[in-house]
Amino acid sequence: MLQITNLHAQIQDNEILKGLNLSVQAGEVHAIMGPNGSGKSTLANVLAGQEEYRVTAGSVHFKGTDLLQLSVSERACEGVFVAFQYPIEVPGVSNVQFLKTALNSQRKYRQLDELDAIDFLQLLKSKVQEVGMEEQLLYRSVNEGFSGGEKKRNEILQMLVLEPNLAILDETDSGLDIDALKMVAQGVNAFRNTGVGKERAIILVTHYQRLLNYIKPDFVHVLFDGRIVRSGGPELALQLEEKGYTGVIAEEAAGS
Amino acid sequence: MTAKQQNLERFVGSDYPHGFVTDLETDSLPPGLNEEIIRQISARKHEPEFMLQWRLKAYRHWLTMAVPKWSKLHYPPIDYDQIVFYSAPKTSADGPKSLDEVDPDILRTYEKLGIPLHEQAQLAGVAVDAVFDSVSVATTFKKQLAEVGVIFCSFSEAVLEHPELVQKYLGSVVPYSDNYYAALNAAVFSDGSFCYVPKGVRCPMELSTYFRINSLNSGQFERTLIVAEEGSYVSYLEGCTAPIRDEHQLHAAVVELIALDDAKIKYSTVQNWYPGDKEGKGGIYNFVTKRGLCRGRNAKISWTQVETGSAITWKYPSVILQGDHSRGEFYSVALTNNYQQADTGTKMVHIGKNTSSTIISKGISAGHGSNAYRGLVSVGRKALNARNYSQCDSLLLGELCSAHTFPYIEVKHPTAQVEHEATTSKISDEQLFYCMQRGIPSEDAVSMIINGFCKEVFRKLPMEFAVEAQALMEVSLEGCTG
Repeated sequence: MLQITNLHAQIQDNEILKGLNLSVQAGEVHAIMGPNGSGKSTLANVLAGQEEYRVTAGSVHFKGTDLLQLSVSERACEGVFVAFQYPIEVPGVSNVQFLKTALNSQRKYRQLDELDAIDFLQLLKSKVQEVGMEEQLLYRSVNEGFSGGEKKRNEILQMLVLEPNLAILDETDSGLDIDALKMVAQGVNAFRNTGVGKERAIILVTHYQRLLNYIKPDFVHVLFDGRIVRSGGPELALQLEEKGYTGVIAEEAAGS
Repeated sequence: MTAKQQNLERFVGSDYPHGFVTDLETDSLPPGLNEEIIRQISARKHEPEFMLQWRLKAYRHWLTMAVPKWSKLHYPPIDYDQIVFYSAPKTSADGPKSLDEVDPDILRTYEKLGIPLHEQAQLAGVAVDAVFDSVSVATTFKKQLAEVGVIFCSFSEAVLEHPELVQKYLGSVVPYSDNYYAALNAAVFSDGSFCYVPKGVRCPMELSTYFRINSLNSGQFERTLIVAEEGSYVSYLEGCTAPIRDEHQLHAAVVELIALDDAKIKYSTVQNWYPGDKEGKGGIYNFVTKRGLCRGRNAKISWTQVETGSAITWKYPSVILQGDHSRGEFYSVALTNNYQQADTGTKMVHIGKNTSSTIISKGISAGHGSNAYRGLVSVGRKALNARNYSQCDSLLLGELCSAHTFPYIEVKHPTAQVEHEATTSKISDEQLFYCMQRGIPSEDAVSMIINGFCKEVFRKLPMEFAVEAQALMEVSLEGCTG
């Protein structure tokens, strides 16, 4: 589904991704772990199409098309979703209206009929329960005055409503207490389980193994200095927990 | 700047190079202003003596006045010797002959705004008679209004047919000595609208469609007078969301509203005049004096305005709350893009007992636009239990625009309750990116945020106009995002 080949990207004159390769198939959950500054968030932003990041070499193919040629909203409509580490507040626009506009923009792009208010609300309310969000938050302005946990839950809610093919969760676990973390994980698992048989994959970008206790990845990758230096199964995350990034990276360097 | 804006500019601005030069047609007076010109204007309109005398007094007073300089607006001095103060309504001989000849981009704009086809022709300046018989429509409306006793006609007609009403109320809210532009208007006003709603009558229709058709040639010095007798109600809609063909740069209008006991007047404006080009050249200077007087007990006057056009907007629709228990409202959205400047707000003057007022102002600046809210809440010595709530919000798009808030509060009675809230926010690249990452194209994202910002005001507009107003925001901001 997603094929990243030799990706180089920089912000201003700072090269951050230095030849990243990654292949994700439908149905898979990949965890990308790495220390601060290794390029995890850059990867999420480059895939989303954030303008500040400039791709200098390499390619990204998504469902067979050249993702880098598409605009930000086209990528979203093609099915790329990023749950942000720091979700933005949009004052004056209610959560309900925001989600309805987003969903209908995507449906229009895919040449589907737009949902009317009644059908949309019905869909929305069923999803709200899955992330355990208070319904009144739907009528507040997007993320405005939300707590950290509420913002993250709101990201997951958006994911459940928009049903992307590829969901990239950028440090969704950061700043969450254990209850909020469980709720978020429950939402992600719901997304994963209802996606069986559909074109659906997840990339979890995270610092900590903690999240992986609740969302079991198929693959774990270690990102260091703009490249994936090691890949493995879930056991790799446990090794990281035990030996730290420096330990695992040093081991890798010694081994190769 | 998008191609559409360029075309709009070409279209609306096309006649400006000639508009200020003496263009002597058979029924125009020479440029410049003196008593002889005023006598000529009055004579050509066959006005009674009291009108002429009032105009002359206004003119003499105007000569003693200085151009007001207290606003945040910057513009070159206006050369009044270059302005033609009277020209008979133009025939559309120089305009396009049919809609087929109108720039397709203009038509697309009309379509986006949802303007009906027959009105599109009017607005684009197509020779009217061939397309649409406005006279018969006007007659139909007039008949319906006459049945309930509502007088609704052009100001000139009112002067001739209802001189007693005009004489009684003209200048009773905005005297000719009020300010520089009001004095100028009083001296030279060309035409405008007059509306009289008798006691206990609820005007059976929004005075809107009719007005839109008739507003086209009312010119640059418009004068409107609305009188609502005891217990009556009228909703009046001025302006149009579509860009109207207009050849005058200076507009100085006066609107006077009078509400007697238990009467209610709702006055809504949508103003979308030519704002000038991307560099700030051209565009209409709009200096308006609008004021309502709640003369009776329990009277209510409500102003709603959506201002997106004009290079310069200088406008403070106000309410004088003279009757006990009277109520004033001001709901405003003002948008400035490119080099547009707006200095707008309201005055709520509490005089009677138990009066209340609400001010909701939303200013949006984009490009190099400058947007100032200027408002006065005044509570007089006898205004027991006056209440006011003011909320002024500003929204900025980009780095080069500005927003300013100048609230003035004068309270002379200890029981007054005056609240003022103000916020300034910004549409950031991060917000747009966030919306786009959810699949919303950038222009839709901007209009979603703007409409969210303005919804409190849009809700106050008559239904069909609220929809047009939303579309208008989109058109006005086109091309302001990357």
